[in-house]
Amino acid sequence: MGMTMTQKILAAHAGVDCVSAGQLIEVNLDLVMGNDVTSPVAIHEMESKGFSSVFNKDKIALVMDHFTPNKDIKSAENCKQVRTFAKEYGIQHFFDVGKMGIEHALLPEQGIVISGDTVIGADSHTCTYGALGAFSTGVGSTDMAAGMISGKAWFKVPSALKIVITGNFQKYVSGKDVILHLIGKIGVDGARYRSLEFTGDGIKNLSMDDRFCIANMAIECGAKNGIFPVDEKTLAYMNGRTDRKPVIFEADADAEYDEVIEINLDALKPTVSFPHLPENTHTVDSIDDIKIDQVVIGSCTNGRIDDMRAAASVLKGRKVADGVRCIVIPATQTVYMQCIEEGLAKIFVEAGAIVSTPTCGPCLGGHMGILAAGERAVSTTNRNFVGRMGHPTSEVYLASPYVAAASAVTGKISCPCELD
Amino acid sequence: MKIQGKVHKYGDHVDTDVIIPARYLNTAKPEELAAHCMEDIDKDFVNKVHTGDIMVAGVNFGCGSSREHAPIAIKASGVSCVIAKNFARIFYRNALNIGLPILECPEAGEEIKSGDEVAVDFDSGVITNLTTGKSYKAEPFPPFIQNIIQKGGLLASLK
Repeated sequence: MGMTMTQKILAAHAGVDCVSAGQLIEVNLDLVMGNDVTSPVAIHEMESKGFSSVFNKDKIALVMDHFTPNKDIKSAENCKQVRTFAKEYGIQHFFDVGKMGIEHALLPEQGIVISGDTVIGADSHTCTYGALGAFSTGVGSTDMAAGMISGKAWFKVPSALKIVITGNFQKYVSGKDVILHLIGKIGVDGARYRSLEFTGDGIKNLSMDDRFCIANMAIECGAKNGIFPVDEKTLAYMNGRTDRKPVIFEADADAEYDEVIEINLDALKPTVSFPHLPENTHTVDSIDDIKIDQVVIGSCTNGRIDDMRAAASVLKGRKVADGVRCIVIPATQTVYMQCIEEGLAKIFVEAGAIVSTPTCGPCLGGHMGILAAGERAVSTTNRNFVGRMGHPTSEVYLASPYVAAASAVTGKISCPCELD
Repeated sequence: MKIQGKVHKYGDHVDTDVIIPARYLNTAKPEELAAHCMEDIDKDFVNKVHTGDIMVAGVNFGCGSSREHAPIAIKASGVSCVIAKNFARIFYRNALNIGLPILECPEAGEEIKSGDEVAVDFDSGVITNLTTGKSYKAEPFPPFIQNIIQKGGLLASLK
């Protein structure tokens, strides 16, 4: 029996010819990642158990992105602890304010993750790197600590759902609509413990930023990972970012899948997820007026340059509605600089939005845009759980940068087509 | 090992943001996290939970963020075991890695109610609802997970 793409990467990293779904294996890791919330717990766990060395100082990435620039004294102490650890252990990929970006935008951008890698990260959205044809998955701090010490992790080999993408996008539809549509279809546990393997001739029409966005939210339907085949766009993206040679894996022709789901891009419409689960999806053209107080455009899901350009294309020459706060957060320093150089930052500020330094910030209710009781936000982020962006009675509606920007202009959840 | 306690029951898709909201993630101190455990869906939980109590829930318990602070908060609040119809995968790993016992049992997750007195035998996987008299059998842990638990957590098992 053939193997899925994920299974082939796992087999190669376990040093075996073949694995099958359900099998328990130990794999060698190409990268272990953590942030300012999860790394302190891992470092404490590691040092309190008497470990004082790491498997490879060049294969650990520590990104200070969640509560940075530090929002309070405790957060500052956490970053200080990680900073001290990074210095003491000579961790090469330590990213502090000034160099950091949101981890899952930053690591691919810096060429630290490439096709064929196996990566664990103490952040659930580590599944993002599947866009590059890597196996990557989120773990907790203790698994991160064990990974930093040993360079290994154990996994149960996942089975997979095959997601066949055909066609091409209509205007104002993007990768976010693909993944929201899929989560709406299969539910927040529809791929629990399994892989999402994307395939089909429509993939060539997805930009890398679309693919990062889609793989990023694989966890929102419970998936262990979401993965794309490597094509010319993937290779072009990695070109110049790394000296390492990408390894390209492909699913076997006779690989078995639990289920096959088809998504025709032509049929997709701008989509929004209502509170308080990402599976509560509606197309924007089917909803009543929903007034909003805040818009957030950014995050590891939608803070890349394509997302900034999409938002700017809607906000150009328009104004954010009275009574709405619009917060734009480019995900990395590079994206931030591109926003300046391409004139996008000017468009945002002239529209009445603010442009923040890279941070996860409001996505997880950390800082930089917390909601008060009963307030409502349209956000390009990835979760709309109770209390996610602030007060437990506040509401988050998940949408694409196009929809978020249009909603900022109208003051209610809107498609940009309403402004044309 | 056997435990017995009163049940706090929750529904499906209890996410890690409600188990411990991110606004409290600027600390990893168990007692500080425990003080806010479940507060966004059950404000009274921290007042009514007693050491040894048992949490019971529906499907996909612990979905969302990978924050290990979630099982740490539950464990530090005094909860001795979480029984759910099933768990989100990152929470499942995290709970075992920090030594919070968890059991998957769809029937128990469906039928056991808040306030019931429940006993759990981890060696046999038998869950007994002392209030109703009904027993359930959960899947026992595979040997490699038993090893992690016996050694006192993942890192201790590496030594």
